[in-house]
Amino acid sequence: MTMKVTSKTFIRKTKRGNILKIVREHYLRDDIGCGSKICKKCKHNNEKPLVKHQSINTDFPDKHYLLVDTNVVLHQIDALEDDTLKNVIILQTVLEEVKHLSHSVYKRLMDIIGNYSRSFYVFVNVYHKDTYVERVRGESPNDYNDRMIRVAALWYNKHLDDKIKVLLLSSDEASKAKAINEGIPTMSLEQYVSGLNNVTLTDKLSNRSCMVEETSKEPIFPPHLTPAIIHQGIKSGKLMQGTFFASTDNFLEGNVFVEGQEKNILLQGREHLNRAINGDIVAIEMLPESQWSAPANLVLADYDDLDLENSWDTVEKPKEKYPTGKVVGIIRKKWRQYCGIIQHSLVENATRHLFVPADKKIPKIRIETRQYDKLKDQRVIVAIDTWPRTSRYPLGHFVRSLGKIGEREAENEVILLEHDVPHSKFSDEVLGCLPKETWTISAADLVGRKDFRDLDICSVDPPGCTDIDDALHCMPLENGNFQVGVHIADVTHFVKPGTAIDIEASQRATTVYLTGRRIDMVPGLLSSNLCSLRGGEERLAFSCVWEMTPNAEIVNSCYTKSVIKSKAAMTYDQAQLIIDDQNQDNSIALGLRQLNKFAKILKKRRIDAGALVLASPEIRFLVDSETRDPLDVEVKQLKETNSMVEEFMLLANVEVAKKIYSDFPEFAVLRRHPKPPPSNFESLIKAAAHLGVELNVDSSRDLANSLDKAVKLDNPFFNTMLRILATRCMLQAVYFASGTKTFDEFLHYGLAAPIYTHFTSPIRR
Amino acid sequence: MDLLSRQGLRTDGRRSGELRRIRCKMGVFNQPDGSAYLEQGNTKVVAAIYGPHEIRTNRSKAPNDCAVINCQYSMATFSRSERKRRPRDNKSAELTLHLKQAMATAIKTDLYPKSQIDIFVQVLQSDGGNYSVCVNAATLALIDAGIAMEEFVISCTSSLANGETPLVDISHLEETMGGPSVTVAILPISGKIAMLETSQRIHINHLEPVLSEAVRGCRYIYEILNKIIKKHYEEIGGALNWGTEEYNI
Repeated sequence: MTMKVTSKTFIRKTKRGNILKIVREHYLRDDIGCGSKICKKCKHNNEKPLVKHQSINTDFPDKHYLLVDTNVVLHQIDALEDDTLKNVIILQTVLEEVKHLSHSVYKRLMDIIGNYSRSFYVFVNVYHKDTYVERVRGESPNDYNDRMIRVAALWYNKHLDDKIKVLLLSSDEASKAKAINEGIPTMSLEQYVSGLNNVTLTDKLSNRSCMVEETSKEPIFPPHLTPAIIHQGIKSGKLMQGTFFASTDNFLEGNVFVEGQEKNILLQGREHLNRAINGDIVAIEMLPESQWSAPANLVLADYDDLDLENSWDTVEKPKEKYPTGKVVGIIRKKWRQYCGIIQHSLVENATRHLFVPADKKIPKIRIETRQYDKLKDQRVIVAIDTWPRTSRYPLGHFVRSLGKIGEREAENEVILLEHDVPHSKFSDEVLGCLPKETWTISAADLVGRKDFRDLDICSVDPPGCTDIDDALHCMPLENGNFQVGVHIADVTHFVKPGTAIDIEASQRATTVYLTGRRIDMVPGLLSSNLCSLRGGEERLAFSCVWEMTPNAEIVNSCYTKSVIKSKAAMTYDQAQLIIDDQNQDNSIALGLRQLNKFAKILKKRRIDAGALVLASPEIRFLVDSETRDPLDVEVKQLKETNSMVEEFMLLANVEVAKKIYSDFPEFAVLRRHPKPPPSNFESLIKAAAHLGVELNVDSSRDLANSLDKAVKLDNPFFNTMLRILATRCMLQAVYFASGTKTFDEFLHYGLAAPIYTHFTSPIRR
Repeated sequence: MDLLSRQGLRTDGRRSGELRRIRCKMGVFNQPDGSAYLEQGNTKVVAAIYGPHEIRTNRSKAPNDCAVINCQYSMATFSRSERKRRPRDNKSAELTLHLKQAMATAIKTDLYPKSQIDIFVQVLQSDGGNYSVCVNAATLALIDAGIAMEEFVISCTSSLANGETPLVDISHLEETMGGPSVTVAILPISGKIAMLETSQRIHINHLEPVLSEAVRGCRYIYEILNKIIKKHYEEIGGALNWGTEEYNI
């Protein structure tokens, strides 16, 4: 093979402000195939996803492949995701531009390309000897890319000898005209789709062109500043940059969190919000102090609630004022796809409808659809395209339907999508990492493991639990001490680092439990069979074995991989019965009783150290066994055994954290829970003071004590409620590597533990 | 930025196992006893050999039974996109030592007792793999100088893309963006390793594939250089060519 080499030269500015000229080699190849099945010229055509074209388009009757330009991908990714569009050529130029401009669209595009049945082909035009063009002096990057796309389209049409045409889809009028001039068959995606006569696909088209009629109207919103002005404003301190959080109750109100500012900046009113959508990074300008305001304490869902324009004035002027500002520009849009329903329409056969998102923080979205009758009682997904100054609502388009409103499947889907829970089936690649169903422990697996199969190990879990990842044992030793063991399922035996299953699990990060459905982090074979420490079966485990004095002091410890055979998998109730039934005196009963004693000591020690007992009441759904409809909700009854298992899990986590930190001081994966700043408690202290309860939040122990004292005899729920509210004041606990923080910062505030990690529950987190 | 795209192409359009373009010229200078100019991609190097000659410095310390090898590695101030302050710094002192070590394994020093061989290499343009190109250029220059060697000393680099695919003959961009890189110098006929260095810690599982890719690169370079040398001597040294071409001028 012969290769031509040219060079790419560009100028770059370094951080220090020096101007550098950078020269890189650029090899041009002749071994890049065109990807078409019918092509006989390309010798190196290894991948040939482009097949003969079948679908019929009335606007373009010839057989053809599609070649899309960058704008089409960026704006019409929803339409591209539709299965009807096949045989599409994606140029490297387009791919790189998309990657540069929007990472989310890039990821979705890569997913489509990865789906072989869609027949998408990436043509690496920039390294192909016939399609590479050099940038002309003074040519803008955009023009250069457009030219490369046209050159590639022309090359394809010549290369395929008119047996199959390559149709360039372009949305930009100017570049379309240029392409037609050069003799490339070109149209816009809208025109192409209309030729397909496919209603669903038409709805999925982005809503950019339909706003022309509205531009004649008076603008409602002030214009956004240009990025350059925003950049300058932030640099000079005139503007601030922050994340916008819409209010859940009032659609005309929101907060902006600005780093370094003590208080969030309040935004009020349509013009001041200026088309920001929850999560966007916005540029704001502060209002003069005379115009500062306070949250309106109103519940407003839509403009309909604003029927009295003067309702704003009737609200009494608040005494306390908050820093208030207005949005002058949006730095980064965090638009995603939203689940919701289509608002009931009074006009028959209307094509323009309002979409109401499930998330109250998101404004209603105007969409255009001809399928209203079909979609009116469905949960649908909609994406936002633009929000012009003239429109009250953002403009969007229909993406897909999830199912009927009220149906369990559809509603589950809404919950999962809105919380961004990956819940697709495991891919074949992931399932390929699994051992066979009939897997048993072999002699090779036992190398380096301690054999605990003879120990009286048992597990205690909620009823119906199939992913049992912990088991316990306890037995008296001759010297009067006890041997206590916590055995955790050894998931690492099946999930090796870097494999598909590991990557998938790290993306899911946790198992999600819905009513009657569980979205596993690792496939079911592992989570409820091979890694589940079921009673009577030999399983691989990772064990912590301690020697404890009767006062629950650890005098000796050992951490090892092991193989165990659980004697019994019990529910909390069963275990409680065995502990309470004094007639039973087998080794398991004795072990459980001793563990229970230890747990009480451990718990007391923890509480004395200042651990918080916060309430997040766990609930359980009673599910109809046949229809699988939920029937009732009940609060989980906490038994002694619940607390027993919990104490030993905490102990294992703390002890393992100490162990890994001493062995890997630089990169032990630990978990810390930072002390919340006093300002987080402000509203809770104020609310409690109203009811005559004083809360001291100086340390976790003070907080625990004052929560214990805050009891109202006439209202038994009062204390629980206070604890629930206190939970909301906390910060998130986070994972970190030990080398990145000093030891003082390792503190787990909630548990009052100086060091902590998540060693337990490897199946589900 | 991906060092290796899904289509298997690197940032400059090469595939993972492809070398950069090699161009070279032997005997570029008249003053030294041997010289060579070598280009691997955008890395351009000149090498000059003086000797074997009488030992000039430290005559007392000179060994009686073999030659002293004196090396100097330097980078032209204009060799990088940012101008260097001085051509020799701590880094080049280190590379000088490495160069000396690699060349000493192949030069038959015992044939030149009480004498000294000077090897000067200078990087004119730097774009990754500077050391390797310098070793290769020094080998060419030594051959040009007619100094007896066991065999060639050939060096090449390799790194890892996406944690799995070894990349051979890495450019500056791949050096800075990628993971650990391995530089190896070998004697290609006997397969001995004259020098081996990694830029940072590399996982033991990765070392084997990366190293063998670098060695494979060395063998390719050896083939190419060998061809060039043969052609060079056919042109200037072959009896048939006497009196033609350059010699007429």
